Amino acid sequence: MSVDLSVNIGSLKLKNPVMLASGTVGYGNEISNFTDLSKIGAIVTKSVSLKPRKGNPPQRIVETPSGMLNAIGLANVGLEDFIKSKIPFLKEVDSTLICNIAASSIEEYVECTKTLDSEETVKAFEINVSCPNVREGGLIFGNDIKSVGKITEQVRAVTNKPVIIKLSPNVSTISDFAKVVKDEGGDAVSAINTLVGTAFDIYKRTPKIKNITGGLSGPAIKPVALAKVLEISRKVDIPIIGIGGIMNWKDAVEFMIVGSTAFQIGTVNFINPNAGLEIIEGLESYCKEMKISKISELTASYQL
Amino acid sequence: MFTSKVPVESVEKIQDNIFILKAYSPEIAKTIKPGQFCNIKVSETDYPLLRRPFSISDVEGDYISFMFNKHGEGTRILSEKKKGDIIDILAPLGNGFTYNDDFEIAIMIGGGLGAAPFPFLIKEIKNKKIVTLIGGRNKKDVTDWKMKNVYFSTDDGSIGFHGNVVELLKSKMVEFAGSQVKIFSCGPTPMLKALQKFTIDNNIKCEISTECAMACGFGICQGCPIDSREQGKDKYYLVCKDGPVFDAEAIVL
Repeated sequence: MSVDLSVNIGSLKLKNPVMLASGTVGYGNEISNFTDLSKIGAIVTKSVSLKPRKGNPPQRIVETPSGMLNAIGLANVGLEDFIKSKIPFLKEVDSTLICNIAASSIEEYVECTKTLDSEETVKAFEINVSCPNVREGGLIFGNDIKSVGKITEQVRAVTNKPVIIKLSPNVSTISDFAKVVKDEGGDAVSAINTLVGTAFDIYKRTPKIKNITGGLSGPAIKPVALAKVLEISRKVDIPIIGIGGIMNWKDAVEFMIVGSTAFQIGTVNFINPNAGLEIIEGLESYCKEMKISKISELTASYQL
Repeated sequence: MFTSKVPVESVEKIQDNIFILKAYSPEIAKTIKPGQFCNIKVSETDYPLLRRPFSISDVEGDYISFMFNKHGEGTRILSEKKKGDIIDILAPLGNGFTYNDDFEIAIMIGGGLGAAPFPFLIKEIKNKKIVTLIGGRNKKDVTDWKMKNVYFSTDDGSIGFHGNVVELLKSKMVEFAGSQVKIFSCGPTPMLKALQKFTIDNNIKCEISTECAMACGFGICQGCPIDSREQGKDKYYLVCKDGPVFDAEAIVL
């Protein structure tokens, strides 16, 4: 029995539902030493902003129980260098490329999208309105439903490629945000970005990361992420890309059952850079065992 | 760079809180260079979640060794490994020391477990005089495991020179007068800062192996930035990829 692993996120067709999350695979070249990127459903680039960003000073990372806090601060090469030096490598990779865009103003989101729209290699945009680690453009937008609506509307207006909005979990009702994305013409939502957290040194009484707070990721956040995906799935008819602490194929199946069309793996790439391929294999055998011929049947197949 | 599951050969406690873990890995032994590091997953579960970076301390045939202090959950688990246990290693990582350039005397300067990369480096440096200076708070902090020509310094004077290792270096410089010296160093930041100032002021070649919390070890998490001394450079180096070894003149500690 062969299994059809392909999924459609709106008009975006992926060969399988495994996506590599923004900020956890750079621009693809380093991780390609460990894994065959051409087998991956989609690669989401590190956030690109109009101008290069140096990012936050160290410490940027601290491990927490079954998770990690990071405050990288959107360090990236900037739009110009991304097009000049990163796209050529990504062009050669036979996977679907999604460009994640970060910005400090609505105009910057629009300008980045407009510029990248003409790059044939870029198949869709993921708009990061939810980075918890920068003052402007991160949570200020992600927490404000009007801003999320406006960004979706204006980005939508400058591209015909699929627009995915990456939502923050640091809000009271995430499904309201998903609804505004749908109403303003967005094609899908990614949920969730990291949760705001912190950790302190009890002897020095100082925060363990310089930014004081960071974004929590890893298996520690999986139950929260699953609940957010389920909430969106029950209330809004929009494709969901599930994210949050996926370590293996079982976690991935769980995300699909609660409503995800596809899913992204993030923190696990740091520990096992070949995790994506292992998950694809696991999904295939699970489907065979469960006599599922199309993996898309799993999406929102929950029995409540 | 590759990941591999390798068997532990032995874990030896060489003193108070200092351990040597030896593992069998012909692939890593063949490819790794002094100053490079390995990122080790100490358990098969999600706790501890991240890999732990360790300098390569020695290579003997098909075996690789790591020196570490037991100070947290990861190193506690490692210290309890038995022969035949499997550990998952991502290696070889980072750039390593440059030791084939022009100099006559190689001086190793380590603070505590900053000595970890020296045994392998000393083994690989051919036909040069080697002097090793190791500093610590007290005699429990310092080891001369597989090092050559070792002088200790301790803050409490319990062994060797009474004072810090940079002061020890300063007191010995007269012995090296007229020779071309290159310093290889690793240790706590305050020590490295003092050493960096001394070597820059006195125009002495010096390489520093730096440390920073990191998740991946190969450049994708962007977790380990270090500032450049170059004026106007609006980009950090990454300790894992651009380092961990830097010329003392290149970085801000």
